[in-house]
Amino acid sequence: MSEHIIRVMVAKPGLDGHDRGARVLARCFRDAGFEVIYTGCHQTPEQIAAAAIQEDVDVVGLSCLSGAHRYLFPAVVEQLRQRGADDIDVVGGGIIPDQDFQFLYDAGLKALFTPGEKLDDIVDWFRKNVKKRD
Amino acid sequence: MVDKVKKIQSGDVRSASRLIRHIEDNVAEARTTMKDIFPLTGHAHVVGLTGPPGAGKSTLVDGLIDSFRKMGRTVGVIAVDPTSPFTGGAILGDRIRMQRHAEDPGVFVRSVATRGALGGLSRAVGDAIHIMDVMGKDVILVETVGTGQQEVDIMHYAHTVLVVLIPGMGDDIQAIKAGILEIASIFVINKAEREGSSKLRRELVTMLNMAPESAFPGGWRPPILKCDNAFEPEGFSQSVSDLALSINEHYEHLVSKSLIGNWSSRKAATEFNEAIRCAVLDPVLNDLMARGELDAMIVKLVKKETDPYTLAEEIASRYLK
Repeated sequence: MSEHIIRVMVAKPGLDGHDRGARVLARCFRDAGFEVIYTGCHQTPEQIAAAAIQEDVDVVGLSCLSGAHRYLFPAVVEQLRQRGADDIDVVGGGIIPDQDFQFLYDAGLKALFTPGEKLDDIVDWFRKNVKKRD
Repeated sequence: MVDKVKKIQSGDVRSASRLIRHIEDNVAEARTTMKDIFPLTGHAHVVGLTGPPGAGKSTLVDGLIDSFRKMGRTVGVIAVDPTSPFTGGAILGDRIRMQRHAEDPGVFVRSVATRGALGGLSRAVGDAIHIMDVMGKDVILVETVGTGQQEVDIMHYAHTVLVVLIPGMGDDIQAIKAGILEIASIFVINKAEREGSSKLRRELVTMLNMAPESAFPGGWRPPILKCDNAFEPEGFSQSVSDLALSINEHYEHLVSKSLIGNWSSRKAATEFNEAIRCAVLDPVLNDLMARGELDAMIVKLVKKETDPYTLAEEIASRYLK
């Protein structure tokens, strides 16, 4: 019997080394029954895209607390597109001001999560929106 | 279908990683593709790493990737991490320590979760090895899940098995138990700058001295190598490149003593065993589940109205005619 298990990559692009939030989410996804590939801090968009393809994840979750999300998040989307992997969704989280939301959605981000978001709601979003690919 | 195989043969990472995914998810078409892949396999040198959690296996893999790349060889890595027995979820975190070649097209790193398999591997590992082999990877490093003493399945898949140990893990009796210590082609004492590394080495030497000649096929006595502090990059990379040479030497030994044949038969038997299990057991369980009989049987077992042996015999006589 076919058994699709959601595979998520949790990654921190850029110089920001504060990964507690990312690790809490990784644990929370694990408890939801997902397979979580955690790549740690200080990743370039190129490294993240290459790893996402090697791991064949359904979705990449980026965390950024340094203010560089306007540059880093779209760069990951672009790297995936260049490698022919635009079927892998990208979502973001961290300190992201409201006025940047539209810019990031326009750049291809599928969802954004900011401090105060309930963990259960985030997991629900993944369950509802991560599509099974052929 | 043939198209997919061609793409994998040309080294296409997307096709290969998707196929591994489908094998893990038990998608029926993936098995059809594996039929086309199987005849093309058998070129790579498969190296397994096993040992307790925290022994530094991922860091060693990272060092070995670097050493083999410097020799001009391409590398595939399969890193296994445990699945939660409660939720089915998993955290696959070995990539964190394997970043040096993150963008090197000659390196393909894939994390897999055990998904309930015992023995330190996942059911997908055998197929993932074939897929990386057909992609043209020269060396395939398989890092088993870091657990205990019985994670010996890797010996059925790897030509060369590295048993990675660290000082201070136990007393003398550990060295004479059956299991993981018996399957080593090479012992690695990692974090050897720690107290107790000479003692560990002496225990391993004593253990090897007591072993009968038949424990060393073709006369290969597992060498004991030490790897020093990973925080002193030069010393570490020197000891890892010595390890890479020793790994090559072991493969040459298998070839020169015509031991590859034995190995291939053992591996074929294991794979066949696993394939029969999938082909026979899974459909039966799925059928029982679809009919709702499986749950009913479990209820009966709990109430002691029957026993597992009788039930299994009934099912066998029903399905195996």
